[in-house]
Amino acid sequence: MSAPMTRANAQPSPEASPVVIDAIDRRLIAATQSGLPLDARPYHAVARRLGLDPHDVMARLTRLQAAGVIRRIGAVPNHYALGYRANGMSVWDIPDTRIDAAGRRVGALDFVSHCYRRPRRPPLWPYNLFAMVHGRDRAEVEDKVARIAALLGPDVRAHAVLYSTRILKKTGLRIAAPSPAYPSSQGSEPCSV
Amino acid sequence: MSDTDAMTLDPVDRHLINALQDGFPIVERPFAAVAAQLDLDEDEVVARIRRLLDAGVLSRFGPLYDAERMGGGLTLAALAVPPERFDEVAGIVNAFPEVAHNYARDHALNMWFVIATERPQQVRSVIEAIEAASGLPVLDLPKIEEYFLGLRLDA
Repeated sequence: MSAPMTRANAQPSPEASPVVIDAIDRRLIAATQSGLPLDARPYHAVARRLGLDPHDVMARLTRLQAAGVIRRIGAVPNHYALGYRANGMSVWDIPDTRIDAAGRRVGALDFVSHCYRRPRRPPLWPYNLFAMVHGRDRAEVEDKVARIAALLGPDVRAHAVLYSTRILKKTGLRIAAPSPAYPSSQGSEPCSV
Repeated sequence: MSDTDAMTLDPVDRHLINALQDGFPIVERPFAAVAAQLDLDEDEVVARIRRLLDAGVLSRFGPLYDAERMGGGLTLAALAVPPERFDEVAGIVNAFPEVAHNYARDHALNMWFVIATERPQQVRSVIEAIEAASGLPVLDLPKIEEYFLGLRLDA
């Protein structure tokens, strides 16, 4: 465990063209969102379950991944199990005119795993920049947060670190199987983003 | 966490976890492809993934979907829960299938959860339902801009 974070592959731009998801895609998503079968031919197993051609399943997954609907296929480790016991959500109050530059600089740090702008909700919540930092212990997280503070300098009006103390739920994303709201008739009524 | 504490990861597990975070091929026998890359055999790769999932070292294995690219709604929400009501309110929040993750955090806003819905406008109704069921105001903090989202953690 040398450097905690390794950079992910480039993400599809959110401005990319709309994605068309048909009824079969939705069935495929519903069948795989909790995981792939641990079968030597997992896509064939999914195809069998859905009554589809395995090559169609693989072609659809390839297309969904290229379109950014699937961010990645693979494993999601539990941070704690890998020794990252301190999980700090660092939050920062940055002037609106400086936020994009600050966000890009913080997001480029190799130990920041998520970096988002979110709205302030004064008076309870003055922070508009969120940067998730993981470490073996809180001291390691504090050290990384200090590096963010040094990088941002006078742009920081206030900041805090919220440590997670317990995972209350972690099921990942769930969508329902196709329902009357999503006609199942041969891919009609595609929804787009 | 006791299960995961008890499991010791050997170097092969660590290589496998790292490799599986770089992506999993969409081919007829993807475990065989991963095995060839790591100089293992297919059965061993499948068996190790099963063991890592059972032990909770991996929380998921499969496609990671982007709710917003699918046309769905997504937000980060927070609650300031009185300590004596914490478990009760956690039960209320977790009972919503739209709540994907929920974490306790050490702050006045002590419960933080992600709401993912099939349609963007459904986020509001889930928030209102949580407020009605808990009697507490929900802070709604949707993403305005994504500067970085990392998808892997070195094992």
